[in-house]
Amino acid sequence: MSTISVTQHSRYQAKVARSRATSEPAWIRWVLIAIALAFLTLFLFIPLAAVFTEALRKGFDTYINALVDPDALSAIQLTLIAAAIALPLNLVFGVAAAWAIAKFDFKGKSILITLIDLPFAVSPVVAGLIYVLIFGLQGWFGEWLLDHDMKVIFAIPGIVLATVFVTFPFIARELIPLMQAQGKDEEEAALVLGASGWQILWRVTLPNIKWGLLYGMILTNARAMGEFGAVSVVSGHIRGMTNTMPLLVEILYNEYQYAAAFAVASLLALLALVTLALKTFVEWQAAKNAEETELAVMQS
Amino acid sequence: MSIEINHISKSFGKFNALQDINFTVPSGELVALLGPSGCGKTTLLRIIAGLESPGEGRIAFHGDDTTDLDVRKRQVGFVFQHYALFRHMTVFENVAFGLRVRPKTTRPNEAEIRRRVHELLNLVQLDWLADRYPPQLSGGQRQRIALARALAVEPKVLLLDEPFGALDAKVRKDLRRWLRRLHDELHITSVFVTHDQEEALEVADTIVVMNHGKVEQIGSPQQVYDQPASPFVYQFLGNVNQFESRVTKGRAKIEDIHIDSTEHHAVEDADALAYVRPHDIEVFTEPNGHASFPATVSYIHSLGPLVRLELQRNAENTIIEAELTRERFLQLQLKEGSQVHVRPRHVRVFLKPSA
Repeated sequence: MSTISVTQHSRYQAKVARSRATSEPAWIRWVLIAIALAFLTLFLFIPLAAVFTEALRKGFDTYINALVDPDALSAIQLTLIAAAIALPLNLVFGVAAAWAIAKFDFKGKSILITLIDLPFAVSPVVAGLIYVLIFGLQGWFGEWLLDHDMKVIFAIPGIVLATVFVTFPFIARELIPLMQAQGKDEEEAALVLGASGWQILWRVTLPNIKWGLLYGMILTNARAMGEFGAVSVVSGHIRGMTNTMPLLVEILYNEYQYAAAFAVASLLALLALVTLALKTFVEWQAAKNAEETELAVMQS
Repeated sequence: MSIEINHISKSFGKFNALQDINFTVPSGELVALLGPSGCGKTTLLRIIAGLESPGEGRIAFHGDDTTDLDVRKRQVGFVFQHYALFRHMTVFENVAFGLRVRPKTTRPNEAEIRRRVHELLNLVQLDWLADRYPPQLSGGQRQRIALARALAVEPKVLLLDEPFGALDAKVRKDLRRWLRRLHDELHITSVFVTHDQEEALEVADTIVVMNHGKVEQIGSPQQVYDQPASPFVYQFLGNVNQFESRVTKGRAKIEDIHIDSTEHHAVEDADALAYVRPHDIEVFTEPNGHASFPATVSYIHSLGPLVRLELQRNAENTIIEAELTRERFLQLQLKEGSQVHVRPRHVRVFLKPSA
């Protein structure tokens, strides 16, 4: 009994001593926390609350009416279409790029990594302008497209292209460090055991990266639905046809239809909240998995 | 199933990992590739497996050339250094993997898979862990599961990369004896890579000693330990004392001691290095008629049945190591600082490579 209490006591002391060594006086801690909270309130909570109050200012009916307006519905639909195309494309591209970079050595690898980061480095407006330059009426392929009766700029394909461009680093960037850390031992083991490339992908690689992949998909989706700059350049703002939700918010706001603008904006804000919740859940799951692994390793 | 390795060379950029490797692993043998890290032993193992392609040379299994055969079709069992178990699969599924990925025509049915996996898990004595996940196992358990998984595809040859490298000393000893017994049961041609000479000496039928991408010596543990073919092998396998020496007319000389060196009888005059194992160093307190040289006891390790002495040679400032039995040590009544006479009992002389 006495030995137990002694060890417990010393452990307690060690804990106190350690925390004392690394902690600041109480007033500093409180001041820092207060500053952080004030900042968050000013820049995050108040605007978020404002979005919903403004949206509901003229009553719930106006709110609903603003959302079921044909232009609004069309914008919602277009946003969903753009995200629904961009997400799978980026999924395939992201996994392929991350696989190539993490598991193989080849020439030009660092160039590929740099290229993947390009959308982060380039302003979205420039990205949109590039597409106008290439596919626009006065652009490189403009005449050819016109001759074949195809429209890219000021039409849905252009919006999808711009969305894919701005979102394509998210999944690859999320997966590359994860896959590099996991190494290629398991893939090699599967190979020696006779598995084909597809079997290795589905049975070994994907299950190992599923949390990272999901996290990347959530971020991609959020960005795809919220993108303004690049899409604004290529869209042409044609109501009911090439307006996405962020673009519609701007138009409505410029036309002094505040309630409608905030109603659509509130949907985007809701999307952000759902994204945050999902992201937190995925992070928590991934951390739990890692922790369980660690714990099991420690016990063994 | 023998493994024939013919003139294998491999380089990574300007670094020559392997240079003209030639040997045959006889059917049913357990062979150790032994060498320091960076000597190319793992590269050679991966070339045999097909995970790496040789720059030059051919690999054949029992006469059939497999150099260009896809890894999947080579039917090798490979045990990775860090086990490489599929972390998201249970132990059962890990072992079953090789059977499940077979094309439909050759895939056993579920009942057969079940039977085979449990048979293998029983073989490695871990059937009770079938539903666990790899992170929940100890290192030794993971290693045995990795072995069961490799055996599930009924490989023609078994290749093990540093199989005990990541385990602690006690588990390591148990596991390598167990591997030896398992090999005696299964008789599958096996090659394992190790940098631990004790491990190679204890487990292998044949040891291939490698250094700098070349084979230094091939032989039974007895042969490589008792008759090392090169200074490198001498130093790598067990402790050894090195003496500066000179060979004149077939006789080597260490201080005033002359040693007949039959293999160098044609050598007129050359610098040489003489090697003596610590247990071949004879120590006595008074000159006894045999040629010897004086030394001072500088340190005594007396742990276990053997007493290790560090002796400072009086003629030059070098330390030699000697091992005495406890009885002999007590008989001599040695203390640190004692003056002794030293005679090498069994000496092997290598000429210095001419510069």
